[in-house]
Amino acid sequence: MKFVNYISQWRSAAKEALDHTAITLKFLCWLHVTNNYLCSPTHVYGPSMLPTLNLAGDVILAEHLSPRIGKVGHGDLVVVRSPLNPNRNLTKRIVGMEGDTVTFFDPLRGDATQTVVVPKGHVWIQGDNIYASHDSRHFGPIPYGLIQGKVFFRVWPLDVFGRIDQ
Amino acid sequence: MGTRNFLWNFTKKFVTFGLITVTVSDRYVTVVPVRGGSMSPTFNPKTSSSTGNISDDYVLVEKFCLNKYKFSHGDVVVFRSPLNHKETHIKRIVALPGEWFGNRQNYDVLKIPEGHCWVEGDNTASSMDSKSFGPVVLGLIRGRVTHVVWPPHRIGAVKSTPPERLSSL
Repeated sequence: MKFVNYISQWRSAAKEALDHTAITLKFLCWLHVTNNYLCSPTHVYGPSMLPTLNLAGDVILAEHLSPRIGKVGHGDLVVVRSPLNPNRNLTKRIVGMEGDTVTFFDPLRGDATQTVVVPKGHVWIQGDNIYASHDSRHFGPIPYGLIQGKVFFRVWPLDVFGRIDQ
Repeated sequence: MGTRNFLWNFTKKFVTFGLITVTVSDRYVTVVPVRGGSMSPTFNPKTSSSTGNISDDYVLVEKFCLNKYKFSHGDVVVFRSPLNHKETHIKRIVALPGEWFGNRQNYDVLKIPEGHCWVEGDNTASSMDSKSFGPVVLGLIRGRVTHVVWPPHRIGAVKSTPPERLSSL
């Protein structure tokens, strides 16, 4: 009798442990899906977007739906994967879509302006602070597939909490 | 009441199953069909002629390589097309970032930029690859092909050297 009791106790404990693991797993999956398909927080720092985003670091929300259905356009703030290092993300503004003619100049390299046509399937991204930004002016247009999300909301710092306008 | 309960349970199970499938296929491993003959004879060996696709190969794609983006010569990778983000291509990596790469057609030697790689199809005659759109950004790569899983008589690992060709320079 004692043995049977022991077995049943053990079985209920195992069942409980299994249930908990299943719940945790489901939660992690749910997290992954919302993070990759709906929206995710990103911490942005650096001087390249200066008047729009702070130097010290902002926490922003990027949504992943509009890049997927092709609804990003001129002036949108986007999170892109860096073409030079795939493990890094950049936050920049879209200046030109495919087929556009972009005229730009790099103040660090002199006053000469250059004009390029953005090739098919690519976008031209630039930081708002043209004096301290590493962007398409250096590495050229980037493929649309590198766009990860469109920034639409600022969470931190709290005094500028709210939507980010274009 | 009984049917409602049943429906509710069914939906719950269905959603959970979907979530788990999406997560696993995004993060760990997935199966994709191969269309077209650009990688024949490694994939779809029969479709290189004009008979059409009688049997698409299905391949296993692992995503663990995306944590570090470390690839080696001869890896077969799945990547989004740089020209159209809705298309994905399967090609073989021929040169890695920072390497000097000699083109067999016109004997140009070019340096692969940082964060890019040079991809080519095994069927050089009909393949849309780096020869037409240049080096591909590593960030566009979605996974590495390891096995053929369907049809049954073609099940097996994918070799990392292209058939009857030098692997690279």
